[in-house]
Amino acid sequence: MSLHLALIALLFALHFILPDYHHGNLARVMVLAVYAMAYNVMFGYTGLLSLGHAMFFCAGMYGMGLSMRLYEISAGPAFLIGLSVSVIFSLLIGLLALRTIGVAFMIVTLMFSQAIFLTILYFNPITRGDEGFVIPQAARQIAGIDLSDSGNRYFAALILFSICLLAVLKLVRAPTGRVLIAIRENEERAKMLGYDIWAHKLGAVVMSGTMAGAAGAAYGLLFGTVGASFAEVPFSILPLLYVLLGGPGTVIGPFVGTLFMFYLRDLSSALTDAHMLVAGVVLILLTIYARRGIMGLIREKWLKWLP
Amino acid sequence: MEFGPHLILAMLEGLVQASVLTLTALGLSLVFGVMRVVNVAHGEFFMLGAVSAYAITDWLAGSAAVGFLVALIIAPLLVAVLAVVCDRMILRRLDYDPERTIVATIGILYVLQQVTLMTYGPDAHPVAPPFNQRLAIPWFEFTDTGLEFYFPWGLSTTSYKLFVIAAACVAGLGIWVLMARSKLGLILRATQLDRETAQAFGIPVERVYAFVFGLGAAIAALGAVLVVPIQQAHYLMGSDPLLLSFIVVIIGGLGSLRGTVVAAILIGMSNGVISVFFTPTLAKILATLLVAFVLVYRPAGLFGTKVA
Repeated sequence: MSLHLALIALLFALHFILPDYHHGNLARVMVLAVYAMAYNVMFGYTGLLSLGHAMFFCAGMYGMGLSMRLYEISAGPAFLIGLSVSVIFSLLIGLLALRTIGVAFMIVTLMFSQAIFLTILYFNPITRGDEGFVIPQAARQIAGIDLSDSGNRYFAALILFSICLLAVLKLVRAPTGRVLIAIRENEERAKMLGYDIWAHKLGAVVMSGTMAGAAGAAYGLLFGTVGASFAEVPFSILPLLYVLLGGPGTVIGPFVGTLFMFYLRDLSSALTDAHMLVAGVVLILLTIYARRGIMGLIREKWLKWLP
Repeated sequence: MEFGPHLILAMLEGLVQASVLTLTALGLSLVFGVMRVVNVAHGEFFMLGAVSAYAITDWLAGSAAVGFLVALIIAPLLVAVLAVVCDRMILRRLDYDPERTIVATIGILYVLQQVTLMTYGPDAHPVAPPFNQRLAIPWFEFTDTGLEFYFPWGLSTTSYKLFVIAAACVAGLGIWVLMARSKLGLILRATQLDRETAQAFGIPVERVYAFVFGLGAAIAALGAVLVVPIQQAHYLMGSDPLLLSFIVVIIGGLGSLRGTVVAAILIGMSNGVISVFFTPTLAKILATLLVAFVLVYRPAGLFGTKVA
């Protein structure tokens, strides 16, 4: 617990120290880390590997963005609409996709996500397709606080990040979280012990989907862009990469992975524009040498108690 | 053009697509069937086949036919060697664990795509077909004088397209003979059925895996060489065949070669026909949703017997 509060305090303190460029980067990293934490709930704790998480991100992002663009709803309620859309959408996807397991589950989520991406392209007049649309600066404020201002943006990202971090921490310490881990480790055995596997898995999908949707809605609101590139397959792979790198099944792993990958890309793009090459090589090396990621390695070697 | 000739044209185009798709999907299906590995980089092997076909024909620019013939043999071999290297260096170290190999092949996909972009460049390049006669197709009509044949304007195909269909049939038949009638096929099927028992009977399972991974990639590359004279070579061309092959392999039943062929013809044809009458995006949405729902309600696919 204290480690996680310390991380939040550190991020709070960094606001006053960091130069502009890194300050902006860190706000983005925090929102993406929420997306990665959402992924971790399903993949790291429950053992459900989804290849289509971008659809949940986009449910939140487009739920929020389209209600602002088409119905001129103000930012606060629009964010809530984005959240509710994600809840309903992830419930629906969970009900369908959880009928399959293993490889079939990965492909079903991939296909649903691809269908969402193509649907966004198909309704080009409404969604502006690939190009996307901008949420005007004037509309991006909640209760008079201008979210496009870099300081406010940082704090909004920090608040969302802290809520999600503490929620995941609470979840994995609670009995429900223990059951999720039991499902990951041995589904048959968990079933034999009398736990309702189906309900727990569905709960994990809905929680993960909703959190990813929150990240999507926040991303649109804080950075002002909504576009179909957030629905493409590579954007679904991204949280998998972050989580694998940081450490699946650890609470702060996703944040560490996101931070590491973001700066790896940032620094490598200064040297070469082949950041995909770097990502690919890192992915391959990770799967071969570090199955449990950075935080997983730390947990194995030094901090056995790390949640 | 009237409806009848229009439909014939759409079906011919669909048949060409279906032939190439059959080959690509057979490669993916073979790898999944024997190795239980979902190869996400399969589309990149297809793309590399097309790109190396361009490189070879460009190098042997003297005669289109000779260049193409050389490409038809060399390009699949090159891609197979690369695939075997990937298998030895990466997949074998992961013990062919289904989930970790998916992540690793995503990594391979990124690397291959980026390296191609950096060497081959972002432009699409055409490859000249070795022969390309235009063949008009007759259509009939009932008139007062009885049945009359005539050649409607626009209803035609090329000799090269017919060659693609024929070549795919020959290659498909070859794979069937290999799998069902040869000693090697017996070994492959034994490994597919039970890896451990096969090993206990002295089958070098790891070498079989490397061979299958190379063969799967080579079949995809062969399909790509056949298609480049119709469709240009481009570094991003792998994603559509990958998605379609996935769809085909799943609908046909994971690991069932017969199901794969039937599904490839079904989907290639209907894709050709649907995209004539609907917009391509809508066709793709319907296709992806169809696959998702087939898997949700029939996890083993249409011809599959075992649940993956």
